[in-house]
Amino acid sequence: MFENLFMSFGPDGSFDEFRRLESQIDQLFRGSSWPAEIRSVQRGTFPPLNIGATPERVDVYVFAAGLDPKSLDLSIQQNLLSVAGSRKVEVNENANYYRRERFDGDFRRVISLPDDLDPERVDAKYRDGVLQITIPRRESARPRQITVN
Amino acid sequence: MVAAQDVTTQRSSAVEEKSEASSIETEQQSPAKERELAILPVVDIFEDAHQITVQAEMPGVSKEGLNVQADRNNLVIEGRIGLEIPPGMSALHADLKTTQYRRSFVLSGELDTEHIAATLKDGLLTVRIPKRVEFRTRKIKVDVP
Repeated sequence: MFENLFMSFGPDGSFDEFRRLESQIDQLFRGSSWPAEIRSVQRGTFPPLNIGATPERVDVYVFAAGLDPKSLDLSIQQNLLSVAGSRKVEVNENANYYRRERFDGDFRRVISLPDDLDPERVDAKYRDGVLQITIPRRESARPRQITVN
Repeated sequence: MVAAQDVTTQRSSAVEEKSEASSIETEQQSPAKERELAILPVVDIFEDAHQITVQAEMPGVSKEGLNVQADRNNLVIEGRIGLEIPPGMSALHADLKTTQYRRSFVLSGELDTEHIAATLKDGLLTVRIPKRVEFRTRKIKVDVP
């Protein structure tokens, strides 16, 4: 169940090989007429996020370490969720930098969600560097057991 | 891998990322572990007069899921994402495709690996590796006669 959210590829497949293949596929399709989801972003865009669904709810997991939750600006309109914020990376002026890979600055991601969600009852929490946004499905949209008499 | 092609990588730097060739060597020693899928955490690495600091982003990792190991030559940082996932959840979209983070670095001799300190806050891991006292940068005063 847990691995499902991450679509893991099993212990015998090499992840690096997979990533190489992914970027080749990216390049292949960028120049072609293959349609991309209109709000899809370039691979490696900060922050990465996973979206999981159950019959009752949809959860958006935003992976953003070292964030000040006060800087976050979440909004939802119909089925469009917008996650914006800013992350400041402190720079040590007296140090010599070998690598600076961490994202620094403002970010915004807009996510298109399923249509049957109830935006009035959104719940969000930030823990261990992950922002989890939970949006329940509308009661009327949930699957119902039908008993046969 | 991007890291191996990175032209700005300083070969002379004190912390050097393991090249692909060296990771293949370790793979022969422990095939199962090295082959497991892992996310390469993004890092900042900087050096001041007293120490080298590695800051690695591992969102979703708590103290319990974290493993930082160092011997004389290597620093390995590992972590497993532990999220509360409701049963029966399936992915609609996944930027992260596995729950394991791993990245390793080759250390150099002037670093004091006995006194490495690590802290984890909001998914940001900070590892401080002090330099041996005799290798710390000293200001050289120039006397002008």
